[in-house]
Amino acid sequence: MTKWYMQIVPFALLMIPGSLFALEPQSSYELLSEELKQMQDDDFANPGMATVDRGRELFQKPGFNGKSCASCHGDDGEKLDPERIAAYPIYDEEHGPVTLQSRINQCYAYHQEEFPLLYDADELIALETFVRHRARGEKMNVDVSGPMREHYEAGKEIFHTRIGQRDMACVHCHETYAGQRLRGQILNQAQINGFPIYRVTDGNIMSLHEKFIGCYGTLRAMPYEPGSQEYIDLEVYMSARGNGLPIETPGVRQ
Amino acid sequence: MIVSVIAKLFNFRPVLTALVGIVGFSLSGPIHGEEYVEWEAEGLAIPEPLGGLQGDPQRGKAVVIDRDRGNCLACHLMPIPEEPMHGTVAPPLNGVGSRLSEGQLRLRIVNEQRVNPNTIMPAFYKRPDKYHRPHPAYKTTVLTAQEVEDVVAYLMTLK
Repeated sequence: MTKWYMQIVPFALLMIPGSLFALEPQSSYELLSEELKQMQDDDFANPGMATVDRGRELFQKPGFNGKSCASCHGDDGEKLDPERIAAYPIYDEEHGPVTLQSRINQCYAYHQEEFPLLYDADELIALETFVRHRARGEKMNVDVSGPMREHYEAGKEIFHTRIGQRDMACVHCHETYAGQRLRGQILNQAQINGFPIYRVTDGNIMSLHEKFIGCYGTLRAMPYEPGSQEYIDLEVYMSARGNGLPIETPGVRQ
Repeated sequence: MIVSVIAKLFNFRPVLTALVGIVGFSLSGPIHGEEYVEWEAEGLAIPEPLGGLQGDPQRGKAVVIDRDRGNCLACHLMPIPEEPMHGTVAPPLNGVGSRLSEGQLRLRIVNEQRVNPNTIMPAFYKRPDKYHRPHPAYKTTVLTAQEVEDVVAYLMTLK
């Protein structure tokens, strides 16, 4: 005779929300071939380091008023706080959610009295790669409480909405079926801790918003512009979703 | 000063990204310009062929393999050994012709979301304005009514 409470156990288990069994965040690094893992780990083999170097040059290049990023943050950005970098995107009373790239752009325009660059301009991607590289190994730690919550929810909504003629949402491939094979390709979790990444197939550095646009194209959907509110919200959601993963910039990806 | 302004205006990268997004896909053109045919489901099946068309299994197999049209092998394992690397996302379709009726298969191709709202499977033939933010070059159903019937006919041969 089983105890009476044993009969409740299956029902009690059913009451536990599915979100408690959510996937443990896993960097797509884990799915790379040995060769690509080694390429990313070795600074001399990692082609993304060329962009880091270019970012460092721009970091030290004086702007209109003769000041450079390095004037305040140190020649090698040593005065930048890795913990702070890993907390981006942050919420700012004046600008709302601010990505690392928009922060660099604001800093550049304000302190060097320059014209702001377009979002995803070559220079900004290089600077972002350099700055984020300073925080390599630091765990992503994005705060989505308070007013940021709204943008987190908006990003989550986009992540869960079917788009384009291909009629799928990000969540389907990158969460529900992460780890399964789509043709020959293993689906990753779309964690963004390696961005900006060096794409071996393109032979080029790729920013996060460029990657979004690529995905929208694959799904035969009309992409948003780089730096658009939609992509910034999506970045907020996806960063927080990967909280705890170490920053890998510049990541090497297929 | 002016030089730097011009240099900034001519920073092509974001412009190129946008162009690749818009022009790149337009170049491949619309998949088809066919008129949409209304369909009606009875329970979890569409008993009547779309537009009363007759399917051809041989053409259906070609649609199934074609990565730009059916691309079924991306997710499903199918008895087509000559094609490499079938996906593992969705259930294998070997013998699906004896598990499901023609009408059930038709609904699952046309709009599997009627059967399971959380499915990853795209609706291959729902009203074109029901797709969210489709690219201007792709404001149609994924398959034509004829192609849907061809795929149904092919799947019915998988006993």
